[in-house]
Formats: sequence, C-alpha cells, structure tokens
Amino acid sequence: MKLNLTLNGTPRSADVPERTLLADLLRDTFGMTGTHVGCDTTQCGCCTVHVDGQAVKSCTMLAMQADGCTVTTIEGLGANGLHPVQQAFSQCHGLQCGFCTPGMVMASVDLLRRNPTPTPDEIAEGLSGNLCRCTGYVNIIRAVQQASQVMQGEAP
Amino acid sequence: MLLEAGKDLGISPGQVSAASPRFASPVAFRVDCRLRRKPGVLEDFPVYAFKYQRAESVGAASAALSADDSAKVLSGGMTLLPSMKHRLTAPSALIDVARLPEMTGVRQEGDHWWVGAATKHQDVAAHPGLQKAMPGLTTLAGLIGDPQVRARGTLGGSLANNDPSADYPSAALALQAQIITDRRTIEADDFFLGMFATALHSDEVITGVRFRTPQRCAYAKFKHPASGYAMAGVFVAQYAAAGAANGGWRVAVTGVANGVFRWHEAEQALAQGAQPPAMQRDDVIDDVHAPAAYRTHLALQMLAQARQSLS
Repeated sequence: MKLNLTLNGTPRSADVPERTLLADLLRDTFGMTGTHVGCDTTQCGCCTVHVDGQAVKSCTMLAMQADGCTVTTIEGLGANGLHPVQQAFSQCHGLQCGFCTPGMVMASVDLLRRNPTPTPDEIAEGLSGNLCRCTGYVNIIRAVQQASQVMQGEAP
Repeated sequence: MLLEAGKDLGISPGQVSAASPRFASPVAFRVDCRLRRKPGVLEDFPVYAFKYQRAESVGAASAALSADDSAKVLSGGMTLLPSMKHRLTAPSALIDVARLPEMTGVRQEGDHWWVGAATKHQDVAAHPGLQKAMPGLTTLAGLIGDPQVRARGTLGGSLANNDPSADYPSAALALQAQIITDRRTIEADDFFLGMFATALHSDEVITGVRFRTPQRCAYAKFKHPASGYAMAGVFVAQYAAAGAANGGWRVAVTGVANGVFRWHEAEQALAQGAQPPAMQRDDVIDDVHAPAAYRTHLALQMLAQARQSLS
C-alpha cells in the first residue's frame, strides 16, 4: 500500500505491506536506524519519534497511520550540528550503551516543547515512557535540565 | 535460556513461566526471539497480515465492520496494536477512524460535556473547560500510560475494549456517561458487561461520550510501575442529593476486579460521612502483580486519596 510522508524535512513515499510498523518503515525502508526497537510491549520508548510534532512510539503505529504526516527521527533533529538536547546528553554523560538514547532525546525534546522549564520530578514524569537499563536516570535528568537552561538562554 | 537459569536456581519451569507470563514456555520464548526480527525467515513481521482501510465516515466504518466480522476499528491503536503484536488478536481488516472530524473534539452541551471517541488522552487532559467542569476526568486522562501513549490513545478505544485495568470505564460509570454510537445511546450503567465485554454490537462504532457535569469529582490511581495500568483506580463524583440513592455520590473502581464496578458501600459511606467498610467481592484480581487482599487495600487507599482531592 502506498503512503507519503515528510521525513526529516524531505517528502518521501513508500509502498509497503499494510502491516508494516512505522518503526520498521523508518529503519528498513528509509534506513533511519537511529530509531531502535527495544521491547515488544510498548514500554521501553527506544522507538520514540515525532509525528506531526508529537513524541510517539513508532513500534506501536502502523506506517499507514503516518500517511500524510510529518515525521522527525533522531537523524533529523539538529538543523546544524547537534540539537541542544543532544549536546546536553553528551556533556552530562546522559548515556552509557546509548541504546535508549535516541528515544530519550526525542521524548526530551517533546517534553521541553510542552514544558520549557521542568522540575526534576516533571522530567521524570515526562520521560516515564522511556526506560534506561544502564544509567539509573540521574544524568539523563541532569541533561534535560541543562538543555532547558541552554534553550531558555540561561546558559551557553 | 530462562529454563537453564531456572534449573540452577532450583526454580521449576512452572514458576519460570509464571514470572514471564508473556510466553507459555521457555521454548516459545527462544523460538519467538529468533523468528521475530530476521527478514526472510517465516514470519518477519510482528503482526499477522490484515487489510488497512481509512474510513471516510462513521457510516462507512460501520458498513465495513458489517461486511467483515473479523474486522476491527483502529483508533489510537495503543491497545489494539500491542495485542496484535502479541498475536492475541488477528483482525482480517483494520478500519482507521482516527481522523474522522465528527468523532474528535470536546464541547459543552448544557449540563453535559461531549468528548469525541477519537479524541486523544492528552487533549482531554489539557482541555481547560473539562479541567474546570470535571477535573477528575482530566486527571484520569493525564495518568493513562505515558506521554507517548497519551499522544495517540483515545477515549473510544478505551471504552470499547473495556480492559478491567483501564481508567476511562471508571470515569464513564461515575460521571453517568452516555455512550453515543452510530445507532443509539447507551447509558454507562448498561454498557460494561465484564472483562473485555461491552453492550456494543460487533459492527457498532462509538462516536462520542457525554459526561454529566458533577458538583465535584476526583480520580486517584495506583499505577503499576511498568505497565502504567491501574492496580486500583477510584473515581468519585458527587451530584445533587435530592431524592437520589446514595446521597448523589457515585464511586467507580477499576483495576481491582474482572471489570469496572460501582462501589455502593463506599457511596453510602460518603453520604453518611462514615468510613467505608472493607471490600467484599469474590472476583477481585489475584495475580503475579498483587494478591486480592492487597488490591482491595489499595482501593481503600485510592478512595481516601480521591476523597481528599475533591475541591
């Protein structure tokens, strides 16, 4: 079945079996392998991308549900170089193995869009759809706080 | 893998399976892992094949369901797609209603508020009119799943599925909801028929829900830390007492039994200003997550919390 979408700013189209999940469309058809598949219970959030500006779990969407939509993956995040959230994750050591990190970053970007100055509790709640097995979340929360300060112009 | 580890620890296969209810046996676990993600080998898709169709209208959706009794409505997909990925359900066709404008939105209708069946949880949670009129409902919507799930999941899907641990059924019961379909209106008290069972016909489509504005209401939920489902969720609503049974109080409980239910003893206790008695039911869920006694205790705690949040 044919579908069209805008992927990381570029119009793309595909003809895939109807049962194709959005995560698999992004990874296998379009080669955007930054989006990861980490569970089969819609819990881990490693597959988080933006559809029409909102963070969603691409493993629990059909490719066909994204027909006509604007999709942003981790690859499409920084217009020039790293997005402030990516920068902050790097500086604050908010990752170890990195498997959850694209999903964490995409979820964090959406969180900061909705709440530009979140408290640590609000960050934890806003990232409740993303699991990390490595870090214990401490540096992830620090990274989101730092990104918030940078994006609010309070820090370089 | 699990079976070998279990042997070393002196755990029986039965106990291993119980700890991982997802798989009937460790063999199924290993086979499933290998086949799941290797293209070209047997099933290289996580879901069985189906026909996808975007409905042009509510009538078209209902007609598509009538024509194929294995077809299912797709709204947010936050319950249906995971079920399909676990191969618990294999519809022949999915009829996507998520973009139908007549099924989306929130508006006041006199002493009710109408919420479209395809309205997303995050939009209910953030709606200023609903926050003022029935804050328990917006609190409930904001507690479903996680932010990504709330960006897709919908009211209609939650009600039609009637998971015994879903949140919205408790709001529908407590807020005297009218479930509006393509052919009739069903009162909430008549809608929920037990685990995953509702009064809907197989080709019937929920288009919206009218919630009756209460004097005040609140929702408290004990979330399962991993799944986000209610281990106990209690919705409390107060309406004008005049002549009403239970002094106008309505208390609905989810996550505790084989379906949402009105907790009449708690309603009476609220009307009398007394402490509610311990819950006496023989269908309380007793499973790997919590024994029955813990769930009934949680229900009492959530009732107390909801009561405390009543403005």
